[in-house]
Amino acid sequence: MRRWDLRRVLPMIIAPLAALVLAALVSSAALLISGKDPLGAFSAMFDYAFGPDSGPDVTTEILNKATPYYLAALAVAIGFRMGLFNIGVDGQSRLGILAAGALGAASFLGVVPGPLRVVIMIIVAMAVGAAWAAVAALLKVYRGVSEVISTIMLNFIGGAIFAYLLTTDRLGVKAVGGEIVSTPLLKSDSWIPGVSVFAGTANKLFGFAFIAIACGIAYWFLVGRTRFGFDLRATGLNPSAAVASGVNAKRMVITTMLLSGGVAGLVALPEVLGRDHAVTTSTPALGFTGIAIALLGRNNPVGIALAALLWAFLDVSNLPLDLLDIPKEIVTIMQGVTVLAVVVAYELAARVGRRQQQRRVGAATGEAAIVTLEIPAALAAKPGVEAVSATVERPGPTAPPDSTAPPDMSAPSDPSAPSDPTVPGKHREEQS
Amino acid sequence: MTADTVLASTPGGMPAAPVRARRWSTPVILLLVAAGLLAFSAVRVITGADDITSSGAVRAALALAVPIGLAGLGGLWSERAGVVNIGLEGMMILGTWGGAWGALTFGAWGGIIAGAMAGALGGLLHAVATVTFNVDHIVSGVAITILAFGLARFLSSLTFANMPGGGDTQSPSVPDLPRISLPGVSALDGVESKHWFLVSDMAGILRGLLTDVSVLTLIAIALVPLTFYLLWRTSFGLRLRSCGENPQAAETLGVNVYRYKYYGVVVSGALAGLGGAFLSMVASSIYREGQTAGRGYIGLATMIFGNWRPGGLAAGAVLFGYTDALQLRRGSESVHALLLLIAVILLAVGVWQIVRGTRIAGLVSIALAAVVSVWYFTTDQIPVEFVQAVPYVTTLVVLALASQRLRPPAADGQPYRRGGG
Repeated sequence: MRRWDLRRVLPMIIAPLAALVLAALVSSAALLISGKDPLGAFSAMFDYAFGPDSGPDVTTEILNKATPYYLAALAVAIGFRMGLFNIGVDGQSRLGILAAGALGAASFLGVVPGPLRVVIMIIVAMAVGAAWAAVAALLKVYRGVSEVISTIMLNFIGGAIFAYLLTTDRLGVKAVGGEIVSTPLLKSDSWIPGVSVFAGTANKLFGFAFIAIACGIAYWFLVGRTRFGFDLRATGLNPSAAVASGVNAKRMVITTMLLSGGVAGLVALPEVLGRDHAVTTSTPALGFTGIAIALLGRNNPVGIALAALLWAFLDVSNLPLDLLDIPKEIVTIMQGVTVLAVVVAYELAARVGRRQQQRRVGAATGEAAIVTLEIPAALAAKPGVEAVSATVERPGPTAPPDSTAPPDMSAPSDPSAPSDPTVPGKHREEQS
Repeated sequence: MTADTVLASTPGGMPAAPVRARRWSTPVILLLVAAGLLAFSAVRVITGADDITSSGAVRAALALAVPIGLAGLGGLWSERAGVVNIGLEGMMILGTWGGAWGALTFGAWGGIIAGAMAGALGGLLHAVATVTFNVDHIVSGVAITILAFGLARFLSSLTFANMPGGGDTQSPSVPDLPRISLPGVSALDGVESKHWFLVSDMAGILRGLLTDVSVLTLIAIALVPLTFYLLWRTSFGLRLRSCGENPQAAETLGVNVYRYKYYGVVVSGALAGLGGAFLSMVASSIYREGQTAGRGYIGLATMIFGNWRPGGLAAGAVLFGYTDALQLRRGSESVHALLLLIAVILLAVGVWQIVRGTRIAGLVSIALAAVVSVWYFTTDQIPVEFVQAVPYVTTLVVLALASQRLRPPAADGQPYRRGGG
């Protein structure tokens, strides 16, 4: 069975590129309207990020910036894969990092060796993030509250708790002579050292970047190679079929939200363990950024990584625009347009893909061809109809390897033998 | 939403309760208002937190309720047409910029129009993405919010930065709209400052509601019955709502579903933009970045709170506006005083639940009442950070308690393709 059907993969690669081009065009138009030179702006950004002068410094910074972005997007993606919108990454990561930062610097943990303290901090950050996400999960499962609204509200509430706890009366301390309130500085044995990646710069890559990569691999394995991941995707693609095949929907919602919140708790750790060594009020929480990057990367661990790098590039390399008297907010416009364009592009690519598949099925089986031709184009675009035409006429040997027929969903109901779990998932990923 | 379908279709789950059409008649509503007034007076007299019914607090509550209510109305128009609009926040952001820019360029009334138009453009974008391209509604809304933030910043750095007193993140002072007072009401000032039981409270509330009211506030208030009339009393409204309930059925009756969805979402954006314009023109008479501060989301919550109906939505907006206003008026003490009221209400709800036979819910309510009263009696004020969180906590509590009685439009948030039966 061929995994990579080029005819289907190709639109999925062209789509993000087309979206990027569109975003570049829109922001160029905005710059032209305001009387600036778009090409000058773009080349200044590229020079700054990859040129010989500032390149090594800035590229490292981009990698460092991309690390929390990656984690935030992974957290969102876990939920997306099952049709859950965790918009609460912001609140989850804030509370998680505050608990971890306060505990890591607490005097009663002073006797614990540094590396172990790092492990404790990671676990605490995940646990608190998961606990905050659990509120939304329980409200959804037991009270029917949409997680979209509840996580947004929990963001604001989490922000308030964060602000309340991070004051000098409670968990915060004020640096001598400074105005910034932060948690006490971590002891240097519980920092995660950086790694030099480029010659010619003192900047180092966060050690936590490797943990982030590990998280990406774990995500890939969990979602793509385990029964839980299969249930997750099945629920996201066709909830009723998944429930019919024995998936416990309530437990899936809770587990997924806990996982998502746990990863969200990690978001601020790279910077706290690798650079700041304390939690400040300016410690970022990246809820919306995570959503955007997860969308851009199609919830795919590699795609998310690329998207996170792109996002970080745009965020970091807009610095020289000020010198050219160009508003650097043009970058935010680019980011917004990219996300919007990419979701539209994927939708269109999916439509094209579906139509092509129908044609191929039609060509392979004569009778099916008549059926498909008789169905008006608009009707044929509906997955259910397509599934019927694909199953009624079992395609011959040249037919596409995987059909989206819902009956396939019943196959993996036997828990011990999830026959190739990627098959039903692959096709309609664009729906997540 | 897919995951919602999962929970709804869980085997062995509770069967969907029949929707009870319970309407509160006018006398009942008046009685409730009177009871509320009495309770507030009593709390004020007992605790001495005079600000909970002062004219200043009421005026602030009204001013804060307007943008939330407008955003909520925006959400209503969109969701009644079957499109979830989580981009309200972004459309409001566009409206804050549009309002300030329009007012500075064309005068105050120009600001209202520019704000609404800016929001409507955001709505149009949402409609193109969700209706024409069938993008997931939440995804598109999130993208529009990100985009709107950048766009507002970009535009203000192009426009306001060159004006005297303006900058990249804020505008010069914006011309204000006319304000109206009912003649004679200001004389109640003397009565309010006496702090008599009930009488002073009513004086304060009347003064707050009837003096120094912006024209845009009046427009916003008028939009609530207007929305009700348009959506529930005209054939246009029936068609628009049918697109949110059952687009396929609407289609078979010859309704152009796409077009009505576009109407709903664009009006939604315009209303949210108007709410944004209110923030930058009336509430603070200056455009400032981050001015919306999540009010679009609270507006969405208000709409849910109001069960997708204009009346309930308006009540929710007033409630959220009030809690929001209290934090400006010695919030730590005022909200602390309200804890007493909350405890009493929770106790009453608990007793009522037990009488009705739902023992667990009743006991939970009473336990909560106990916790709240302990909190009230052991502290003197509430930390200011928690006061800020009051609207969000209220939303969450209301959703947790009432979400199963809510009835969203049946096809809300679902993709629709013409001819897709």
